[in-house]
Amino acid sequence: MTIAQQQTTENKSQIDWSRIGIWVGVVLILLFCLAPVLWQLLTSFKTNEAISAIPNIYFPTPNQLTTSHYTNLGWTFWRYVFNSGFVSIVSTMICLAIGAPAAYTLARLKIPGQSIILACVLIVSLFPYVLLFLGLLEIVKALNLGNNYIALIVPYTAINLPLTILVLRSFFQQLPKDLEDSAKVDGYNTVQMLLQIVLPMTIPALVTTGILTLIFAWNEFIFALTFITEENMLTIPVAVARIGGASAFEIPYGPIAAATVIGTFPLVVLVLFFQRRIVQGITAGAVKG
Amino acid sequence: MTQDAIRQRERRVGWWLITPALLVLLLVFAYPIGRAFWLSLFEQNLGTELTAEFNGLGNYARLFGDGRFWRSLWNTSVFTLVSIVLELVLGMAIALVLDKSFRGRGLVRTAALIPWALPTAVMGLAWAWIFNDQFGVVNDILGRIGLISEPITWLGDPFRAMLALIIADVWKTTPFIAIILLAGLQSISSDLYEAHSIDGANPVQSFFQITLPLLAPQILIALLFRFAQAFGIFDLVQVMTGGGPAGATEVVSIYIYATVRRYLDFGYGAALVVVTFLLLIIAVAIVGYLLSKTRINVTGER
Amino acid sequence: MATLSLENLRKQFAPKVVPVKDITLTVKDGEFLTLLGPSGCGKSTLLRLIAGLETPTKGTVKVGEKNLNKVPPGDRDMAMVFQSYALYPHMTVAENIGASLKLRKTPTDEIKHRVGEVAHRLGIEHLLDRKPGQLSGGQRQRVALARALVRNPDVFLLDEPLSNLDALLREQVRADLKQLFRSQNKPVVYVTHDQTEAMTLSSKVAVLKDGVVQQLDSPDRIYTHPSNQFVAGFVGSPQMNLITLRCENNHAIMGDFKLKLPNLTRNPSKVVMGIRPEDLAVASSEDAQTIQGKVFLSEQLGREELISLNVHGSEDIVLRSLVPSDHDWEGDAITLMIPPHKTHWFDIETGERLNREDYSPPVDSVPATAQNRAE
Repeated sequence: MTIAQQQTTENKSQIDWSRIGIWVGVVLILLFCLAPVLWQLLTSFKTNEAISAIPNIYFPTPNQLTTSHYTNLGWTFWRYVFNSGFVSIVSTMICLAIGAPAAYTLARLKIPGQSIILACVLIVSLFPYVLLFLGLLEIVKALNLGNNYIALIVPYTAINLPLTILVLRSFFQQLPKDLEDSAKVDGYNTVQMLLQIVLPMTIPALVTTGILTLIFAWNEFIFALTFITEENMLTIPVAVARIGGASAFEIPYGPIAAATVIGTFPLVVLVLFFQRRIVQGITAGAVKG
Repeated sequence: MTQDAIRQRERRVGWWLITPALLVLLLVFAYPIGRAFWLSLFEQNLGTELTAEFNGLGNYARLFGDGRFWRSLWNTSVFTLVSIVLELVLGMAIALVLDKSFRGRGLVRTAALIPWALPTAVMGLAWAWIFNDQFGVVNDILGRIGLISEPITWLGDPFRAMLALIIADVWKTTPFIAIILLAGLQSISSDLYEAHSIDGANPVQSFFQITLPLLAPQILIALLFRFAQAFGIFDLVQVMTGGGPAGATEVVSIYIYATVRRYLDFGYGAALVVVTFLLLIIAVAIVGYLLSKTRINVTGER
Repeated sequence: MATLSLENLRKQFAPKVVPVKDITLTVKDGEFLTLLGPSGCGKSTLLRLIAGLETPTKGTVKVGEKNLNKVPPGDRDMAMVFQSYALYPHMTVAENIGASLKLRKTPTDEIKHRVGEVAHRLGIEHLLDRKPGQLSGGQRQRVALARALVRNPDVFLLDEPLSNLDALLREQVRADLKQLFRSQNKPVVYVTHDQTEAMTLSSKVAVLKDGVVQQLDSPDRIYTHPSNQFVAGFVGSPQMNLITLRCENNHAIMGDFKLKLPNLTRNPSKVVMGIRPEDLAVASSEDAQTIQGKVFLSEQLGREELISLNVHGSEDIVLRSLVPSDHDWEGDAITLMIPPHKTHWFDIETGERLNREDYSPPVDSVPATAQNRAE
């Protein structure tokens, strides 16, 4: 609210109601978006007594604070972070590696049936994963891939492919066509052109898409819950959920909060650094697709 | 046609380039759906000792009389409808504010993205903590304001559990809608508003006569994506309520998952998958049809 | 020795979209052919057909005796300069110029040598390490040229390479281009809508309209002997006067005046007369064929003045003439001479030229300059 007051004193000659409205809106948005996250952050640093104090403690004193929830998580938790990171990064790489050529084909090389393929890609991006896990579970069992990174990497690649294809296709279509014609006259074949001309020029688009796929892969829950049962193969979302469900009687709020903070920290960093790209990617995927 | 040798070569390369992606998509999307259609014709559960026995449309007949399925469908519909309406209204409000220029706008936009980017399953736990009966911050605040005199149960009460789920989902996905609507807002020329205000319109009239009609494509796109996601909601419910209390928040996804994983009823689970898939496709087709119509309208107007 | 030849070339995109209808022409070593025409005349499509970026619906593109229809653009040994220059933004100037050589597995030393040489010739050595984004328009254009020259190709193709330069620079680069390509002694095909470029650069000009060659000739023949009304109107600035006149007893009637018709290939009842504004001179007493009119508008062009006049006896006939700008002509009555040998006559229906030629039409192989002398 202090910001809003500053604003009004600046134009004290007349009260600018629309400015006030905007700043009230801004404060409400910040509260709405950040309060749950900040509450979790606060919980993660409070002692167990402070956590279970009634009424709730919003401004803890130093002796009500602790880092023990973090230290108690132990090394196994870093293992989960590694699992999530590994699976997300590898599937993002594969997704870009096979999604970019497909997007280029749909953008430039006129293959028969491309509009059908495009429509299918679009529809497929709307499928809830719960429709897929049964069939995939059978495959995973048949190939004995349970508790194997591959059981996550392949589905994660697939669920991110529609978005990758749609976003990259819209970027490729915006490239000036002369450049590709020029490359053809210079003697580049299609694959060389893709690798040496088109992709280097669309690195920003690849980064944008990569960040989105990274986020989606990191956050995926149902496949990880179904295909991974072994403790040290778990990914963050499942591992955190497991801490929550570990004991029915006393739910360990402090450790959950600490795990939440660590598990979401990489994503917060991504958002802080790549806010513009993420917005660009979401709109390119949804609006132009 | 032989003249087109160069183009043909290009096409062949195109197929090579697109094939890996198509194969992965077929494996992860087409196969499971197709497999579900096939499997739904069989009885494969603990009763058959997990061997598949053909029973025609028996699973579908069972589904028709399965009160738990219809209830989960009802729960899903309530959840989907209420959360989408709230998200559209809130998302529009956020987009309108973020469309204005003010100092620190970039930071506020970044903050608005945070809920969207965080893992649903993890934040579901955070929300469960917020709605905790004893120590939850919601009860604390309501108590301090004086709306309640003693802590109430949230996730243990059928109605309030659904309400909590909807609130958590609105928090998580409103930013997505806001971003899409914001992109639409920014594509509307300010000339239109100026012309309209010279014509004597006030901001509220401008909103309903210019903003909303021109945003129709973005609204429908957001609706389409959100509908599909809300209809298949799983993570949040699984983590926050697990479908409880007493099935009050059991949505279709949860029921399918439980059928397969807990009751090991694969044939019936497959039938559930098929029906959900078909319902979704029909709904998507309707929205897609509306979308294609508004696109034509909008380009015609411009 | 290489000769680029196009035989009955046709490109059809859709039943009613036929940007190139039926074009046959040849370009020899050292010849500079300009494809000139308004936008949408098919000139760019024709160039793309030659480059192999489009495949013809009918007809063939040949270099020497080799049919190139199934040869992809990169294997045609043609270099092309694009209107947008199409420099690869992520490569340095040197990498841009050397890209095609590298693809052909040329040894690194040789690439370096050839890139250096061509950069030296175009005066862009100091730019070799920069990226295209750091260059001015003129510098980019030179890099694009260098990229074409370094390949030492069989054929050069240029698609409006000057249209993105500002007017002053364009004139200078035009002169450079002329020298540069004269020294190459290779077939050059140049696309433009700018008639000045076509006139100054080319040894041959093909005027295109609706996918058909209207006239293929040396620049001065295009100017002095337009083969139809379209070419007459398209080439030359200010535009040629084109006036529909009634014919009577071997004379065309212009208001109160009679112009003697030459020995035409046909004797119609109506005819389109064409005369360039600069060929209409203020009459001196001994001139035989004159008309009179009243000047209603004069436009100062600097060295000359462009006047518009109504011919006496006909309100709707307007002639424009370039006259010395020594005094203000507006409102004056003026007598102009119409020199018979500079008057063009066109068929009113087909637009074809009706003047009987006093010599045989030029053959492609005769260098343009020689033809002018013959006249």
